[in-house]
Amino acid sequence: MLEDLILTVLMTSVPLVYAATGELIVERSGVLNLGVEGMMLMGAVAAFGVAMVSGSLVLGVFAGAVAGMLTAGLFGILVLGFATNQVATGLALTIFGTGLSGLVGAPLIGKAIGGLPQISLPVLSDLPVVGKLVFSHDLMAYGAVVMVALVAWFLKRTRGGLVLRAIGDNHDSAHALGYPVLGVRFMAVLFGGMMAGLGGAYLPLMLTPHWAEGMTAGRGWISLALVVFASWMPWRVLVGALIFGGITIMQLAGQAEGWTVPSQFLSMLPYLATIIVLVLISRNRDFALANSPACLGRAFHAGK
Amino acid sequence: MNGSPSPPEPALSTPLLAASGIFKHFGDFTANDDVSFQIEEGEIHALLGENGAGKSTFVKMVYGLLQPDAGSLEWRGEQIAIRSPQHARDLGIGMVFQHFSLFQALTVAENIALALPGDESLEDLAARVRQMSTDYGIGVDPDARIHNLSVGEQQRVEIVRCLLQDPSLLIMDEPTSVLTPQETTQLFEVLRRFSENGVAILFISHKLEEIRSLTRRATVLRRGRNVGTVDSASKSSKQLAEMMVGGSVGDIDRQARPDSEPDILFEVRGLDRPPTTAFATPLRGLSFAARAGEILGIAGIAGNGQDELMEALTGEWTGRGRDVIRIDGRDVTADGPARRRQCGIGFVPEERNGHAAVPGMTLADNALLTSHSLGGTVGRGVIDSAACREMAAAVSRDFDVRLPQDNPMASALSGGNLQKFVVGREISKRPKVFIVSQPTWGVDVGAALFIRRAMLELAEAGSAVVMISQDLEEIFAISHRVAVLHDGVISTPMVTAEVTAETVGLLMGGSMPLDGAPDMDKGEAGDTA
Repeated sequence: MLEDLILTVLMTSVPLVYAATGELIVERSGVLNLGVEGMMLMGAVAAFGVAMVSGSLVLGVFAGAVAGMLTAGLFGILVLGFATNQVATGLALTIFGTGLSGLVGAPLIGKAIGGLPQISLPVLSDLPVVGKLVFSHDLMAYGAVVMVALVAWFLKRTRGGLVLRAIGDNHDSAHALGYPVLGVRFMAVLFGGMMAGLGGAYLPLMLTPHWAEGMTAGRGWISLALVVFASWMPWRVLVGALIFGGITIMQLAGQAEGWTVPSQFLSMLPYLATIIVLVLISRNRDFALANSPACLGRAFHAGK
Repeated sequence: MNGSPSPPEPALSTPLLAASGIFKHFGDFTANDDVSFQIEEGEIHALLGENGAGKSTFVKMVYGLLQPDAGSLEWRGEQIAIRSPQHARDLGIGMVFQHFSLFQALTVAENIALALPGDESLEDLAARVRQMSTDYGIGVDPDARIHNLSVGEQQRVEIVRCLLQDPSLLIMDEPTSVLTPQETTQLFEVLRRFSENGVAILFISHKLEEIRSLTRRATVLRRGRNVGTVDSASKSSKQLAEMMVGGSVGDIDRQARPDSEPDILFEVRGLDRPPTTAFATPLRGLSFAARAGEILGIAGIAGNGQDELMEALTGEWTGRGRDVIRIDGRDVTADGPARRRQCGIGFVPEERNGHAAVPGMTLADNALLTSHSLGGTVGRGVIDSAACREMAAAVSRDFDVRLPQDNPMASALSGGNLQKFVVGREISKRPKVFIVSQPTWGVDVGAALFIRRAMLELAEAGSAVVMISQDLEEIFAISHRVAVLHDGVISTPMVTAEVTAETVGLLMGGSMPLDGAPDMDKGEAGDTA
């Protein structure tokens, strides 16, 4: 019973890890994309539709990534090409994604597909307790951990990561040094879209194998909160996703068990935790300066 | 600083960089109008001019940030178009900006790595930085994060960053404006060493004495035109200033302070302020007084508590206690800025854009912002727009603020004009006490002179002026007494005419104890007597 519960928590946190890790890269480059929810929905509907038509889950996952990327590309063109307000454009992207995915997904409602096979590593997965919890998941769950590791390595160890952080910290200086601010940001936005699309794809393919309108149910917003909760550090995204995922499952479990705590209170917790983290961060100026991207949300105009 | 530069060599070899007939327009405005310029290898060459004279535009073209509309650049005798900063660096041109282009969140080594081509590991780079620090006597720790460094240290990082690219031309934009006299001397020694090693240095500054002691030749720009390249040592500071302004520059006559002790108009007693963030400087037991008819200069290097002190004086931060801050005998310790203004105080904070003035508001609205509590502009809660416009127009007229249009946005004014406006806005109210921070920071010579005169006139008319400034030339030019702020502690005010710049510089750098501070009882009878 407990094992099952933990497994459910792990699975619930997978889409959060994808979306938040993607958004982390976007924000580290200095762009605030509030359209995560919309990009996830686009990824979800594309993944489900393609998987159903083609019968291939792999193609479905791929379609989810592409759909997220295309949606993000639209955001990137508006925000970077036309220097529109990032907050307003991001909100519009969520509304756009919600609406369009609902329209496209209308004929898909009520259809079902089978999930990705679980990869049980031989020997390891036969270990008691740990075997089932750690070594028998679907490929996308392993992929999430791999992506976090890759992103952490990229930011900390590679020149590309250094340039990305530099652009998020001070785009004027980066421009003066000759780095392509808008180009790097566009790539970051596309990556964020891809990751949000992957996170979205996980929902109808793995978590609940059917499509429902607005099925992300606020996971995009939780992912945004998660980036701040993680104070823009990749490994903390993983920890935070488990906590936030755990809270989500506690709501459901609590309702089933007939807890007296209102479920609304529990759904509030991730945001409450984020606010507390924000307060803690701003109390420690040294930490805030070192990790939060100073140019976050500010439009860049070359030649100023 | 007093080693006289060697005379110019005859330019037999091809110059390192030669610009001829450079034009650059921004809309109707001609920023560079037929500028020609030459710099030799290993030469230290000054570029002089007022704000808006086209210095920055010119060096931006040399550094590839802007492209000239007409004219040609020659690098080592070959005609060339410098397409980008990257291209400029590849050629061997480095630049240290006035406003540092460092990344605050990154370490010194990471910052330097960003400016270098190739994929050198951060560890190797850190070792090279340490090596260079010892070779040239520039103390820089490669693992420190930039936001933990002082301004002087940040500048050294900028310089090291440029030097690791092995440039043959180093452009420095007003590098000494943030340094103490001692730090400046050190910097000059370093620059001379570079020059001996064959690095040419293009040195932009408005401090004429420095230019005369450091550089061999100076090129003067005025309204986008080159008005001549001169042997810097052969001209006096005044002659250079006149070339820049294009007319005669008046001298400022500081009136001697009256012998009798006039009334104390502004008094601070035992001001303590605990740090609000990890980087704020705590203020410890600050006490000083400003009397009618005098300018009290508060010298010090940025980051020694100036911002904290200014906020405490304006009332943006209010402390506890009684009689800590008094205006003309009235206790205002607990009052905010509007109440203090009503008591007859005028303030101009350091930052023009966003603090002293709102860039996106018109001058009339900006005039209203500091006068709404004083009457005349607001009647029964409704703004009298005509009165505000009239007030802004009067300030612009009296303080020589050049307006691009009628009642423009504050952001449409150049730095010097906006500064004249924000200073004029306060002075025209004839405040009993006038408190100003960095009154002429980044302002051209003409505007600076105007502002300083206005402050002297205000003092002569019987007001007390407290001027927080990092510019020692300014302190010595107009203040009657000077106190030094170092690490949140203030020295006993000294009569300016009786101290030397060296003494004040040592106090600023903290290498001499601030006598008598913070214990004022003892200090009163100290070296001011």
